[in-house]
Amino acid sequence: MTEQTPAPVGATTGSSAAPVLVVRDLRAHVAGQQVVEHVDLEVAATGVTALLGRNGVGKTSTIKAVMGLIGRSGTIELAGRDISALPTHRVAQLGVGYVPEDREVFSGLTVTENLRLAERKGGEHRYDLVYELFPELKERGQQAAGTLSGGQQQMVSLARALLNDNRVLLVDEPTKGLAPRLVQEVGRVLTRAAEVVPVLLVEQNLQVVRDLTSRVVVLTDGRSVHHGPAADFLDDPAATQRLLGVHGGTDPAGAV
Amino acid sequence: MSTALLLLITGIGLGAIYFLVASGLSLIYGLMGVLNFAHGVFLSLGAFLGYEVATRMGTSTWGGFAVSLLVGALAGAVFAALTERFLVQRLYERHIEQVLVTVGLALATVALFDGIWGTDPRFITGPGWMETTTRVAGANVPNDRFVAIIVAALVLLAIVLFLRRTRYGMIIRAGVENRSMVTALGIDVRNAFTLVFTIGGAAAGLGGVLASHYFGYVSPLLGQTLLIFAFIVTVIGGLGSLLGAAVASVVVAVLQQFANYYLWGTGDLAVVVLLAVVLLTRPSGLLGRK
Repeated sequence: MTEQTPAPVGATTGSSAAPVLVVRDLRAHVAGQQVVEHVDLEVAATGVTALLGRNGVGKTSTIKAVMGLIGRSGTIELAGRDISALPTHRVAQLGVGYVPEDREVFSGLTVTENLRLAERKGGEHRYDLVYELFPELKERGQQAAGTLSGGQQQMVSLARALLNDNRVLLVDEPTKGLAPRLVQEVGRVLTRAAEVVPVLLVEQNLQVVRDLTSRVVVLTDGRSVHHGPAADFLDDPAATQRLLGVHGGTDPAGAV
Repeated sequence: MSTALLLLITGIGLGAIYFLVASGLSLIYGLMGVLNFAHGVFLSLGAFLGYEVATRMGTSTWGGFAVSLLVGALAGAVFAALTERFLVQRLYERHIEQVLVTVGLALATVALFDGIWGTDPRFITGPGWMETTTRVAGANVPNDRFVAIIVAALVLLAIVLFLRRTRYGMIIRAGVENRSMVTALGIDVRNAFTLVFTIGGAAAGLGGVLASHYFGYVSPLLGQTLLIFAFIVTVIGGLGSLLGAAVASVVVAVLQQFANYYLWGTGDLAVVVLLAVVLLTRPSGLLGRK
């Protein structure tokens, strides 16, 4: 819990299985500007690992760097294989599902087309799971995704990632801008998703983090400064105040 | 009245040729962000090779004309595919360099055509029927206009079906919207890049053969002259919008014809004024995304 010298990663995961994603000394830049300075993180083989921090500390950039969507250096190991030099489509093919911050559904394509586009070759496509979690997507299959509500678009974005047999999901602020009822819905979906695939979750809503995650990684100014069990961190008002600028997720509304 | 009708149909015929160039330009820019200044030479190559085939098979035969269309499309497609694979793709994501390499290729290829076919126009005639006119409500309309319109309409239909019904079409539509998200789904968009160049080159090559009959000649600068108007069409229609390019092609060409006839040969000026008006009032074009 010390800010200057983070505890060795992995010591606190409490999971015996090797982490699915290991990031070491990640640096990333956008248009010549350094947006990630030094990030170490591990995503455990099961459950949800949260990536926390104030706005603008590099959470989204860290996710994008893992996907290869922005220039990066350092080591990124997916199930033991270094993917840090691979282009984005190769990273995805190796089993990294990506749910971006602003959903990024293809608005001119129908819901069904959005899903079909996400089908990766040489694997099972879990339409059963997707339509069980999101029955609405089946009903609205022929509707253009751009005409859906924000919550429905988030379902499409999550469904695209859940459709394939991924090794890990990177989910960036899935509850952003959603009504409280939909926030709960997304939480329920992520709980279910985490039963089949480990998740790295960027999330501002600390109640969601508290409900879903067992471990947290905290960033400050493009650096990872804290790794540990979620409960220990969220129950430490001094730490959440210092690193997130808020008190832990005990606020009844759960919102930051 | 018959003059207006003649101008209208002739304008739509010219618009058909603009569309065959602009459709590829628009798809390429929409998907890849590349302004392809070499697109006109795809057209010229199609026109020259179509001319060579037609003169060998007999310019007045329908067989010669049909094969010249096929050869023109094929030549444009192959040239465009090679351009994408060996020049544009090597400069992946470097847009300024990509534009510069297409400008350089265009200049070099026009010079090459000058060397092979000379700078003078090569005059060409088609099958007898195409050289005559059909009377439409009092107007004598040259038949090659109808051929251009039918071919362009079929190309539009084929591209629309391809975009709507095939997986690659879906990838291209999605990529025009948000290319990086397509790659994040595990799709290598570079294959789609080569494909849109190939489709655009084929359409331009077809346009070259039709343009040579519309104007009655082929010359090394034919493609680059049409390219200027095709760029204007693409911007007016909305970069990346195929239907926008179709609508704008007809609007631009018809306006050009009418202004040339009724406003003392100011067709080109009228087109530029239209471009300015569209850019000021609807910067994203008629059917472009905001």
